[in-house]
Amino acid sequence: MISVSNIEKRFGSLDVLKSINADFETGRSYALMGPNGSGKTTLIKSILGMVVPDSGKIEVDGESIKGQWTYREKIGYMPQIGRYPDNMTIGQLFEMIKDLRSNANTVDEELIEGFGLDKMMNKRMHTLSGGTRQKVSAALAFLFDPKVFILDEPTAGLDPLAVEVIKEKILKQMGPDKTFIITSHILSDLDDLSSHALYLDNGSLIYNDSIALLKEETGEVRLGKAIATIMKRKQKSVTA
Amino acid sequence: MIKIAKYVLLDILRNKFVILYTFFLLLVTLSMFSLEGNSDKAILSLLNIILMVVPLVSIIFTTIHFFNSYEFIELLLSQPINRKSIFLSEFSAVSLALCLAYLIGVGIPVTLFSQGMDTVYLVLSGMLLTLVFVALAFSASVLTRDKAKGIGLSLLFWFYFTLIYDGFVLYVIYAFSDYPLEKVTLALVSLNPVDLARIIILLKLDISALMGYTGAFYKQFFGSSLGIIYSFLFLLLWAAIPLFISMRKFLKKDI
Repeated sequence: MISVSNIEKRFGSLDVLKSINADFETGRSYALMGPNGSGKTTLIKSILGMVVPDSGKIEVDGESIKGQWTYREKIGYMPQIGRYPDNMTIGQLFEMIKDLRSNANTVDEELIEGFGLDKMMNKRMHTLSGGTRQKVSAALAFLFDPKVFILDEPTAGLDPLAVEVIKEKILKQMGPDKTFIITSHILSDLDDLSSHALYLDNGSLIYNDSIALLKEETGEVRLGKAIATIMKRKQKSVTA
Repeated sequence: MIKIAKYVLLDILRNKFVILYTFFLLLVTLSMFSLEGNSDKAILSLLNIILMVVPLVSIIFTTIHFFNSYEFIELLLSQPINRKSIFLSEFSAVSLALCLAYLIGVGIPVTLFSQGMDTVYLVLSGMLLTLVFVALAFSASVLTRDKAKGIGLSLLFWFYFTLIYDGFVLYVIYAFSDYPLEKVTLALVSLNPVDLARIIILLKLDISALMGYTGAFYKQFFGSSLGIIYSFLFLLLWAAIPLFISMRKFLKKDI
């Protein structure tokens, strides 16, 4: 379980996160949504300790993450734009990560095969297309069978076949001891994969509850429509 | 930490620049000794080149390396690895690579031609100077967000310590030439790692007589074992302080 309380982050004069409070409970899958620049990635990076919030507290399994790193054993992270050392081959990259994580007991290479990465282990990272990089990122996130999955735009840039592979993998991994936090702009993807929705706008959390409730409240059947209703409501309240 | 340093070192060796640098140093050293019959004179000419080239290459190479490793650092930060060991592995791998290049390019050939205390000092101070400028480069890289600014700041450090500072010291000496300035210049020298390295070697070469009264004063101070310890200690401080500052900053940096 991850709990985020009163997180604030400024980049210069820009308020990226304004007092965010959220709990991510074990066994649930959360869809993190919001327009571009609403602070989704900053929130994710704060949980990972890559961005240090100005104030507030983040706890993973009841322990503050400030200055900690071992908690990241529990997290599999797929970045929005996976950037890797140019000179390394795919094989070397996986070998290095496995070497650095030599105390991990399970290695799950299903995605490496699922994406056909095992056939291009000798390709250097800088020769890869954006989609192939995404596949590498996804395979890395699932590699050690973590308890928490943080997937930043997991389907962006992937071909339809690969999208199905990763969606199937996510559904297969879901269970009572796993937590998923998924961001995406493709709302139909999230509809299948998540039970809860968080909507960020301009650094503030506007909606945080179950998707079923969101649909009921807005009277829409599809997540996309329901979110659009929320966004319109928000715009009205701003103009009013 | 050693594992990470190993991967950083592998990455550095793969891009071949350090090997090129080693050959360049080797070429300069060998040509100096073949042009100058007198080994003292050869060391002196070598010194002048080393004091320009070693800081420049160390600081620029390290800055570029840091920005090129951003992806690597990002990747490591999503793994259960603490920031301190990432930072220290980066520092030790770059320092090790550049010091080895210096040792092979300058250290070994000079020992073949001349085996005195001056050789020992030349090798030691060159390696310390490498550490100092690697540490300065890390501060420049951590303080800036983009590569161009980082390299700009690094170049500024280099200009400052190799050119601007000397001009400033000369100005002070010239402007206050009516006053006894020995102790003041001594203090001023301590504030510049390049000057420290230069003086350690110049005084060992017994040409300080050319430097007049100030030279004699320096000789008295730096010639003593206390002076040598003092100057090496100051060079170490010049590496340790920027390293410490940049590490503190790196621990809080947003990646």
